[in-house]
Amino acid sequence: MSTVAQSEQNHHDHHAAKGFKRWLYTTNHKDIGSLYLIFSLTMFLIGGAMAMVIRAELFQPGLQLVDPHFFNQMTTVHGLIMVFGAVMPAFTGLANWMVPMMIGAPDMALPRMNNWSFWILPFAFAILLMSLFMEGGGPAFGWTFYAPLSTTYSNDNTALFVFAVHIMGISSIMGAINVIVTIVNLRAPGMTWMKLPLFVWTWLITAFLLIAVMPVLAGAVTMVLTDKYFGTSFFDAAGGGDPVMFQHIFWFFGHPEVYIMILPAFGIISTIIPTFSRKKLFGYASMVYATSSIALLSFIVWAHHMFTTGMPLAGELFFMYATMLISVPTGVKVFNWVATMWRGSISFEVPMLFSIAFIVLFTLGGFSGLMLAITPADFQYHDTYFVVAHFHYVLVTGAIFSIMAGAYYWLPKWTGHMYNERLAKLHFWLSLVSVNVLFFPMHFVGLAGMPRRIPDYALQFADFNALISIGGFAFGLSQLLFVAVVYKCAKGGAAVPDKVWDGAEGLEWEVPSPAPYHTFSTPPEVK
Amino acid sequence: MPHSSLLKKLTLVVIGMFAFAFALVPLYDVFCDVTGLNGKPSLEVATESNKVLTSRTVDVSFTTHSQRNAPFEVNSRQYSVNVSPGEMVEVKFSAKNLSSEARVMQAVPSVSPGKAAKYLHKMACFCFDQQPFSANQEVEFTLVFYVDTELPEEIEELTLSYTVFDISEATASNTVAAKQQAG
Repeated sequence: MSTVAQSEQNHHDHHAAKGFKRWLYTTNHKDIGSLYLIFSLTMFLIGGAMAMVIRAELFQPGLQLVDPHFFNQMTTVHGLIMVFGAVMPAFTGLANWMVPMMIGAPDMALPRMNNWSFWILPFAFAILLMSLFMEGGGPAFGWTFYAPLSTTYSNDNTALFVFAVHIMGISSIMGAINVIVTIVNLRAPGMTWMKLPLFVWTWLITAFLLIAVMPVLAGAVTMVLTDKYFGTSFFDAAGGGDPVMFQHIFWFFGHPEVYIMILPAFGIISTIIPTFSRKKLFGYASMVYATSSIALLSFIVWAHHMFTTGMPLAGELFFMYATMLISVPTGVKVFNWVATMWRGSISFEVPMLFSIAFIVLFTLGGFSGLMLAITPADFQYHDTYFVVAHFHYVLVTGAIFSIMAGAYYWLPKWTGHMYNERLAKLHFWLSLVSVNVLFFPMHFVGLAGMPRRIPDYALQFADFNALISIGGFAFGLSQLLFVAVVYKCAKGGAAVPDKVWDGAEGLEWEVPSPAPYHTFSTPPEVK
Repeated sequence: MPHSSLLKKLTLVVIGMFAFAFALVPLYDVFCDVTGLNGKPSLEVATESNKVLTSRTVDVSFTTHSQRNAPFEVNSRQYSVNVSPGEMVEVKFSAKNLSSEARVMQAVPSVSPGKAAKYLHKMACFCFDQQPFSANQEVEFTLVFYVDTELPEEIEELTLSYTVFDISEATASNTVAAKQQAG
């Protein structure tokens, strides 16, 4: 990469290590950001390959390709990899690259810890993936690892799963601490709180969510570990424990976790929409407050995942109303984005296309979420493909589309080259069509009662499932175009100016393209 | 704020939240006790009731089932009893070890409707202790309980359910562990 070449000419004294060691020892936020992003893309492809196995098996009714136990491993590990390996590291990578440049800092505040938080991740996923090849197979109890599935009924490789999750947790906690210290301490003079770019704001709030709930996840897996191997009874009724308590602890982590995966996406969209609408973001302050209220509310809604566990009426009502309350700040955001576009001079570059698709499709996923929040209706929807459709709309067309948008938006700044726009637009349109062919019919089969996580289904779901699988293969293959676009852009292409997009605002556009190895060694003055 | 002090505070938050995950375990029980949600009855030995409310009666039914093929058959002698709040009641249960080996049983009680759980007081119950059985042994257990006089008016019947677990392996390994520690 030219970034590397240039920086090495400028700073001979700083980083003598070459080849692999350069990446292993690096404490540079841009290097670590790239490592995170490349790792996340790799995991996205591996997790995607598992989704292809799932869709191939579900192409027709009956059992044809894989045995049910392996199918369960695929659904479990697909979920774990996409959540902890693809979405979260992608956001951490973007934070590493962009947060210091957006606030005028020379680097992340704790660069050595930054190096650690990335380099333990590959080991976590190596452990997790390795367990798939061991006798008895990998985790097969769903990414939610409900007890007693993960305690009484799991195999001995569960310890590997537990340690992998521990390492992933430590990695994201260190990453989050780094983001907080950087934003609190390293803002350029004059960069007051209400001048922070929204991506920085949303990441700050996300980082607080991370340090609040990742330790709870670590606690939950530790309890599973001791229940399974050391004779404790946290979740075993025979010893005085309670399996429902597992779900309470897990979802106390799990619900804030879904906002961890969407708040940075809100930040990215709030950055891109004004750029290509050539207007200031509508309602900046309300965006900050809406993000904070979503984060706070996320702590009191966890049991809406558990409506069917036999909760008392009072609990069901409380969690139903609290959940519906979240649509208020989320609605504020969606309206602000639309208001930003209103009467703007909009142009449809690839990042903008992904952002507009995000607004439409994420909102659709939000609406199916509202349907699921209605307790009496949830008894019908619970554990069906309707739920699968819902969370894939908010995670694939939500989180993943925002990551794609962000990647296309900042890629020219990172590499100094414009990407191949024709190929990128092809990637967008193919993804947009196929993702809807993939996930939209899931609403229908779900409402009709097709259960999730089962390798076979009743005959009446056959046609829809064939269609879903075709959409799945098309979406999977389309992502290879993204790999091609990124690779070609890193290798070469038309040179771009410092301010790549004429409507863009922010400190990151004041540094040269490609961004030099060290930026803002002397802090800029923010007015 | 210098990096180190901010880092210290954030690390404390992380450690605190890890501890909070474990604190949720007792908190969860306390919450259920206080609110009476979840039908989780107290496993404490209750004190004797001091008054009887003869103006109303409540039906109390009993049900038992074995979890994970635990080799026990436990049945109450009566299907249900009609009691006045505050009245002391004795119910006999017959229990049998169906296997031809020594086994240890643990019964876990639950009350339905969940709201009624905190109004059911047990003075003697086989669920208070682990119950060792010799091979094919038959035992008679006595349950002594009363329904609190404060039981809300709208509750006219309640069910006391026992889930029976085979905990022979857990107790055996504990004994081994205890022996190793002692040795």
